[in-house]
Amino acid sequence: MLYEHAPRLRRYARALTRNAETADDLVQDSLERAWRKRDRWEAGTDLRAWLFTVMHNVYVNGLRRRRPETVPMEEHDCADTQPSGQERAMGCRDVEVGLALLPTEQREVLLLVCLEEMSYEQVATVLGIPIGTVMSRLHRGRERLRKWMAGEDQARPALRRIK
Amino acid sequence: MQTPLPMDLQELHAYADGQLGPEARARVEDRLAADAEARRQVDDYLDLNRLLRERYDAVLTESVPERLRSPKKRVWRPVAAAAAGMFLFTTGFASGLWLQNHGFDVMGEGDHVVREAAAAYAVYTPEVRHPVEVAADQEQHLVTWLTNRMGARIHAPVLTDQGFSLMGGRLLAFDDGPGALFMYEDAGGHRIVLTICLNEEEGKRTAFRFAEHEKVSVFYWFDGPFSYALAGEMKRTDLLNLAESVYRQIVS
Repeated sequence: MLYEHAPRLRRYARALTRNAETADDLVQDSLERAWRKRDRWEAGTDLRAWLFTVMHNVYVNGLRRRRPETVPMEEHDCADTQPSGQERAMGCRDVEVGLALLPTEQREVLLLVCLEEMSYEQVATVLGIPIGTVMSRLHRGRERLRKWMAGEDQARPALRRIK
Repeated sequence: MQTPLPMDLQELHAYADGQLGPEARARVEDRLAADAEARRQVDDYLDLNRLLRERYDAVLTESVPERLRSPKKRVWRPVAAAAAGMFLFTTGFASGLWLQNHGFDVMGEGDHVVREAAAAYAVYTPEVRHPVEVAADQEQHLVTWLTNRMGARIHAPVLTDQGFSLMGGRLLAFDDGPGALFMYEDAGGHRIVLTICLNEEEGKRTAFRFAEHEKVSVFYWFDGPFSYALAGEMKRTDLLNLAESVYRQIVS
């Protein structure tokens, strides 16, 4: 039953870690841990939420032990890919790169809400934080990603179009 | 701490995420009709949601690798295997029987307890000014605090008969969540630590086990909600004497 959730765990892990191999390692560790501790899950409660809690713990503990992995940033020139006649700035930059710029705590909240479509209460339970913290992390993460996608972030100079 | 996100902003997020009831949704829609900035904000949030799903939904339909399909004995990866190997090496001599009986599989259940206890010992006992977070003169406060954080009753065993007095304790961050540490000192300035962490398999009980990690001797055991580890740089028999006293006081 646990293993039926593998595809969703993999999607979340992929977005969280940006690396297919690392993501599957994380999913494997989480599933094995969940399997070992299956007694901890209360029958009748949301199994998916519990699995995400387990994965969150495995992930955060892993981060604590390891040195953070640094990923080289690549400039994405959007000159060629910008759809013509479309004014919206969204989609010009790679959402994956923007996501990687967020602090882990904001990235987790954003992905649980946007990808997993969890309720804010569920996210609070999964991450073990108050719902107010969920909201403020969601807001900061979204606004930061939004500005990044629109090229308004202060961290790096906005990309220039090359004709 | 941190100021809560204003309600009107919370509602914009909840609107974009489809987490509002009909009434609140109508209220936000009225507002969006009149507020171009808020409208842009919500549109961007919706775009972000869509972009994230477009980017990652493909993973859902990928075929799941074999290793993620069913519970299996794990294939140790190099780092984990190296760590486990070291543990085997350091504990192998002391508790050969136990390892012989259980082989490699047993690694999962005790290594982190030993590692955490030895690390806590190494990090905190050399501290001159701040060896503990809450000193023994506030023992009641310390015990209440740690009990609340650990979710089950904890108390600091008394080891004065063995010549060790309580210095105080602190909260630790362990793999599974909070851990508790009590530190003791004898007249000669030798220190030992008792660490308590959540028992992975709640309710499991074990006999004493002994391990040595970088010159630090550790006796540990699992009992009810917690695992306990007593760590110090002393002869095994002396430490065992202390561990037995701790064990008796916790059981009773």
